[in-house]
Amino acid sequence: MITAEQKPIQEIIQYIAPYSRILLVGCNECVTVCAAGGRKEVGLLASALHLNSLKQGKTIDIKEITLERQCDPEYVEELAPYIDGADAVVSMACGCGVQSVAGRFKTSPVFPAVNTRFMGASLGQGVWAERCKGCGDCVLGITGGICPVARCSKHLFNGPCGGTSNGQCEISPDVDCAWRLIWERLKELGMENRYEDLMNAKDWRPGGAAGPGKIIREDLAQ
Amino acid sequence: MENFEPEIVAFCCHYCAYTAADMAGSKRISYPSNVKIIRVPCTGKVDAIHLMKALEKGADGVYVAGCLEGDCHFKNGNLRARARVDRVKKVLTELGWEPERVGMVNMSAGMGEKFAETAREFTETIKKLGPSPGKLTGNESKAAS
Repeated sequence: MITAEQKPIQEIIQYIAPYSRILLVGCNECVTVCAAGGRKEVGLLASALHLNSLKQGKTIDIKEITLERQCDPEYVEELAPYIDGADAVVSMACGCGVQSVAGRFKTSPVFPAVNTRFMGASLGQGVWAERCKGCGDCVLGITGGICPVARCSKHLFNGPCGGTSNGQCEISPDVDCAWRLIWERLKELGMENRYEDLMNAKDWRPGGAAGPGKIIREDLAQ
Repeated sequence: MENFEPEIVAFCCHYCAYTAADMAGSKRISYPSNVKIIRVPCTGKVDAIHLMKALEKGADGVYVAGCLEGDCHFKNGNLRARARVDRVKKVLTELGWEPERVGMVNMSAGMGEKFAETAREFTETIKKLGPSPGKLTGNESKAAS
């Protein structure tokens, strides 16, 4: 999923300071699962903004709405009846959702309430870790299911580097050396010989180095 | 300000603090009438939004009273509640509200004295803090509506 974390409240408050009617929009997908911008977080942020306005002696009108997906135009359209009643929109979705809303409603300022972090997996309740960089040319099939792009701090393809120490990365003892994990996994699979195969320099174009990515499925696109 | 009587909401677990309040009553131990009790099946049921809404709607202080740690009827509801209270404290701090306006306490069903003592102490704390920052601007009814 795409993971996110709520921005500092003061930053959000500064965004909306000039406005009194706010449309606060959550998303039922990734940001709900990572507890950053689902219905519950929309309620909490609205309440926090209300407490702030109480302290400031101001009045603020917040309409809370959580869309099924903020990155699909069909769902974003559901905001249409409410947009005229708002001076500004605050989106709790990832950057994709914020831009979908901003692209559809061009006259309303749309502010992000979360910082989108990474594509990650849940390691347990309340813990998420980066697992994919979206490099556009997956190598998990030859690295034992451990991604060197997302999990090696240097994105090395023929690791490890000299910074590995007792199986941990030099940037922090809390970070596993991805190439140690790859080696252990290949051994478990009886595929140690794979480790000796040199990988060529990676073509980073599919992962964004050639400009913004776009997928067009001819059979689906209209 | 010296006549300030705070409104305090206490979310009390059915299995401990609520029964402790009953015990306090049975033993004729008085505690401040400022404390309004809301019975919950477990403090694990109390979400951050409940604490925030109580403050938003005019409470001067809110606390959650759950079972002694390790004694939760539902295993770890009281620990979850403590984590949520801590989170709300952080939010209040960010907003410039006093984090002491929310609290978490633990007691068993037999601790009637502790219930009354907690109610007294929390009421005193809130009296010292004064009315909720929202009330000082005379604005609380607008957001609550």
